[in-house]
Amino acid sequence: MRIKMKKTLQAISYTLIASPFLSGAALAATDLSLWYHGAGNPAEAKVINQIVADFNESQTDWRVVMQSFPQESYNDSVIASALAGNLPDILDVDGPVMPNWAWAGYMQPLSIDEKRIEGFLPGTKGYWDGKLYSIGLWDAAVAMVTRRSTLEKHDIRIPTLEQPWTKEEFDQILVKLKATGEYDFPLDLGMAWKGEWYPYAFSPLLQSFGGDIIDRTTYASSEGVLNGDEAIAFGEWWQNLFAEGLAPGTSQDAADRDTGLADGKYAISWNGNWAALNALKAHDDTLFLPAPDFGNGPKIGAASWQFGVSSSSKYPEAASQFIEFALKDKYLTAFSNGMGLIPPTKEAAAASEHYADGGAMAVFYELSEKQAVVRPVTPGYVVAAKVFEKALADIADGADVADTLDSAADEISDDVQKNAGYGH
Amino acid sequence: MANQGSRLTRQNLHGWLFALPGFGLMVMFVVIPFIFAIVFSLTNQRLISPNPTEFIGVENYSNLLGLGGLVIEPIKDDEGRWVLDSKGEYKYPRTRKFTRNNPDHPDIQGMKEWFSWQWDHKKVVVLASDPVFMKALVNTLTFVAVVAPIQSLIALCLALLINQRLRGINIFRTIYFMPVVVSIVVVSLLWRFIYDGQNGLLNSVLASLTFNHFEPVDWLGNPDTALGSIMVMSIWQAVGFHMVIWLSGLQTISPTLYEAAKIEGASSWQTFRYVTWPGLRNTAILVGIVITMQAFALFAQIDVMTNGGPLDSTQTIVFQAVERGYGKQDISGGSTLSVVLFVIVLSISLLQRFLTREKN
Repeated sequence: MRIKMKKTLQAISYTLIASPFLSGAALAATDLSLWYHGAGNPAEAKVINQIVADFNESQTDWRVVMQSFPQESYNDSVIASALAGNLPDILDVDGPVMPNWAWAGYMQPLSIDEKRIEGFLPGTKGYWDGKLYSIGLWDAAVAMVTRRSTLEKHDIRIPTLEQPWTKEEFDQILVKLKATGEYDFPLDLGMAWKGEWYPYAFSPLLQSFGGDIIDRTTYASSEGVLNGDEAIAFGEWWQNLFAEGLAPGTSQDAADRDTGLADGKYAISWNGNWAALNALKAHDDTLFLPAPDFGNGPKIGAASWQFGVSSSSKYPEAASQFIEFALKDKYLTAFSNGMGLIPPTKEAAAASEHYADGGAMAVFYELSEKQAVVRPVTPGYVVAAKVFEKALADIADGADVADTLDSAADEISDDVQKNAGYGH
Repeated sequence: MANQGSRLTRQNLHGWLFALPGFGLMVMFVVIPFIFAIVFSLTNQRLISPNPTEFIGVENYSNLLGLGGLVIEPIKDDEGRWVLDSKGEYKYPRTRKFTRNNPDHPDIQGMKEWFSWQWDHKKVVVLASDPVFMKALVNTLTFVAVVAPIQSLIALCLALLINQRLRGINIFRTIYFMPVVVSIVVVSLLWRFIYDGQNGLLNSVLASLTFNHFEPVDWLGNPDTALGSIMVMSIWQAVGFHMVIWLSGLQTISPTLYEAAKIEGASSWQTFRYVTWPGLRNTAILVGIVITMQAFALFAQIDVMTNGGPLDSTQTIVFQAVERGYGKQDISGGSTLSVVLFVIVLSISLLQRFLTREKN
């Protein structure tokens, strides 16, 4: 009895030990870790999960394992894990933050054929120091969102890409809309969305006035650019919007930002294409209009989340392979259909629901092509963005324009100096 | 005798071994980072950077604490008379004319205006190289100066109330203590909704109490009311904790003293002043020091509710330290702020100890 049991136990244990080898090919695949910022968004998760599953099925050498993070804490998680030496193979990075991570040594250049991404919108390509570090599966743009009925009712010209509103025209429109008394505020800028929205949405307005966050010829200082005459003119125009009650200020309710235009609280909303689907559902005469031209041509932001390879990855070629796999047009279209994002190529746009010719959001693709200016491509952007956000919030709250812009320019210039020029 | 000696040392060894985990963790997570903070504040350490860290001495401190002064004359017209504006006040040239690219004033270059006042016909300007830190310092000291006495007082009153032998007194004790148990982040989020400028609970309650005469106030968006609102919320949240400490102090006072006072015919105020208060001396010292230290560490409420607040009205030292060290990736700047805060808290605690020492 005892010997029989011992033999049975032996047989069972040998089988258990041998089974991994019997399973064969599936476990010979090496794991590649992927970190993504989209936790909590079901539409996004569906597409990215599909890409991961398709890639794993298409070959047997590599298996991508994805981990999702909430967007708010994603950057902090990556920095903390980089300090701990725990970065994944493939990671997601916000376009303007990429130079900072590349300079810090967290990312390595991609090994993707440049011809593969030739037709991509410029905002989706993340170059630093002449090398491609990241590529995006979508782009994001901002437009003036309003309703055709609003403009027609108050006899306001509908602007086109070739003939956008001028500064004087735009100011008059806002004053006219305020005088009607029908709206809480004529213009909704989204001041409730603190964080990266401020530099993304409002620095193009500054650029249209002729200023900028930092001098892009040297990337060494903001003196004269952030506190020069054009920037001060922008600052005073900005402060006036809130002083005259033309736009809600920093105390705006987040709920009002989401539903204000649809509810009729606001006449015009400066909003991104990711919120456009909701606007279209609310009213069918929703219009997406180009930015006004404040003197230097109309400008909007560009560059959204992009994929890159971490420097500590043991399999950079495979990681690049996954990223190249994800660049297929069908996935670009899927992201666009699911979340209303701008597809990076004309082909993907033509195949998508909203961006095909005549689609409701097709205008965003053109806006992105013609008016988009990327945020400053410098590792110092992380600090510059925070300083710029605070400066705009302070000016909106009533601080002195010239002094606030001076402080901001000084802080950005000092930060560049303290970091030995940030590798420029 | 020898046996006892070796048993004593053996007992001590075990004592040290038992204390080692707690002691070791404290050293690892409190003492070592503290030493690091002092070391980093003397360098240009960044959060992430390929550049090597350099030792820069006290440059961080001079950038943080630098102060300067300026006396500005009013603008004169061509005949040398002072120009008056439409309100009849003197006009002064902008401060930035003197502090930016002006070789006549080399030691105040780069400084910004902190505050100014008019003296005679001249304008006296106090400059600081880091006005945000100065505002944070003033806000933090204001917060401590207001919250510490008020919170201790309210906690003492509540403790006196719940120190009675009534049926169901434990229910009241639980109710008053509950806000302490709730996470400060959750409390801040809830109070942010209460303080909301348009639909907040506070505005609605005040409007209904005054039959709609009350105009809604944007409590957290107005620089004048933001810090006060946060003070009220902080006191509400933490008062239960100190109430319990006072309560424990009250219960150590011998009841025979109260009986003696009653027999002597003392009024309740006299009872409090001559029996209760002297017995609470040590508790008062403890509560005072703990409240002061906790008030200096004001951070979570600011981070959740106002992010430094409208026009820096709710900036605090700890919030600035986190913003600089982690948000702007300048670890050395954040460390400098931490060291400065440590020095301030230490001095105030030592002062409190000195003022409340036993005078024999």
